[in-house]
Amino acid sequence: MIAIIDYGMGNLRSVQKGFEAVGADAIITSDSQKILSAKSIVLPGVGAFKACMDNLDRFGLIDTVQKSIQSGRPFLGICLGLQLLFSQAEEFGSVSGLDILKGKVVGFKDAKLKSDTGEPLKIPHMGWNNVEVKPSHPLFDSVPNRSYFYFVHSYYVVPEDKTTVATTTNYGIDFVSGVHHENIHAFQFHPEKSQRLGLAVLRNFSRLSS
Amino acid sequence: MLIKRIIPCLDVKDGRVVKGVNFVNLRDAGDPVEIAEAYEKEGADELTFLDITASHENRNIILDVVARTAEKVFMPLTVGGGVRDLDDIRNLLKAGADKVAINSAAVKNPEFVQKAAERFGSQCIVVAIDAKQRKSSTDTPSIPSWADEHPDLLLTGNDAGPTWEVYIHGGRKATNIDAVKWAKQMQTYGAGEILLTSMDRDGTKSGYDLDLNRSVSQSVTIPVIASGGAGTLEHLYKGITDGKADAVLAASIFHFKEFTIDGTKHYLKEKGVCIRLT
Repeated sequence: MIAIIDYGMGNLRSVQKGFEAVGADAIITSDSQKILSAKSIVLPGVGAFKACMDNLDRFGLIDTVQKSIQSGRPFLGICLGLQLLFSQAEEFGSVSGLDILKGKVVGFKDAKLKSDTGEPLKIPHMGWNNVEVKPSHPLFDSVPNRSYFYFVHSYYVVPEDKTTVATTTNYGIDFVSGVHHENIHAFQFHPEKSQRLGLAVLRNFSRLSS
Repeated sequence: MLIKRIIPCLDVKDGRVVKGVNFVNLRDAGDPVEIAEAYEKEGADELTFLDITASHENRNIILDVVARTAEKVFMPLTVGGGVRDLDDIRNLLKAGADKVAINSAAVKNPEFVQKAAERFGSQCIVVAIDAKQRKSSTDTPSIPSWADEHPDLLLTGNDAGPTWEVYIHGGRKATNIDAVKWAKQMQTYGAGEILLTSMDRDGTKSGYDLDLNRSVSQSVTIPVIASGGAGTLEHLYKGITDGKADAVLAASIFHFKEFTIDGTKHYLKEKGVCIRLT
């Protein structure tokens, strides 16, 4: 059983039906015990970093997320579920994250990015973009490198430990669109919204065991 | 590289997909869930539902359609039409929408957009603008009450170059608001995307209003979806190149099977547009 952590943020049903489509059992829950006894854990999330951290706190789940990751069971972070793993974010001043991975979350807008034709790039980075994957990544089995996945975000992660970088994507600059550290897998893009190849990533995750 | 998105749009009335010309003369185009599934298979990049059901009492119809569609598709789903308060947004997101388009309610109360963006995040707040080129002020505008504090957003009648006026209530009411300035204001209030429909072109198949789209797209830093007037594949191409659109939306050319999504993408790719083939 996969536990999708419910802390009142994001369309959890999309993630659940993604797993259902690949034949995996997934429950949506904010119950610590259920989360800690699941085979693997998914932390989704959309919206603002601070609102997500506040809600995780309000649901009393910060400790649960940290414990579940420490237990070594496969963990999947999606979008804000990636960003929250880091030490701090620059959104609206500085906000502390879960501090499971060292590094920060920064905004595209400060980078003043330009397209190939010299025009300012639109923010949010919204739509389908290529994902460059490190060789033999377990979640990209049967997914061609540089495939398109769906993104919608204005901030991106900058890990201190570059060996945790699993995937990169170019939007004016090359940014980290996925990390892999021990049992942690987390992506900036939305596999549950990325049609066939996104479902393949979910299927590969559902097959991981600790 | 980020691709240009191809978005089929389903205008839904009383639970059926319909399509009109200049917002009237509606004809039936089929069952929304079946059509959505077909677009998923064809590799559409996103899907938009606009609820054009006249009465607010029939809200449950669109919620049901959204829920049944969301179960079947694995791409982003935007839903608009009659979104009036935070509960409407919450209900649509809960039913499976990823983004919600706000139109008339934004004009009546711009702070609503701000509140919605704060509560749900800019990524899911699309502001839909129905715009019509101002040739002469023949329609009696219903100017929103907040306009006293923002006279700069209104058209004066002596503006330089072409201007476009924002209409609300499904294109039935003029507002005197300058569409380009309005788009900028909505970005400031936290909109994550603009869905820009040319009322002059909607359903006419004479091409997008490229001047309108370019004017808005170059005035904002959020993505702009061109809508209204797509009749040929060249129109989509021009919308992206000359109209500077980040995404192009079309209804009848896809519903009535004049072009497939896949065929459209191959055409655009040959023309050098960055698109996603599936």
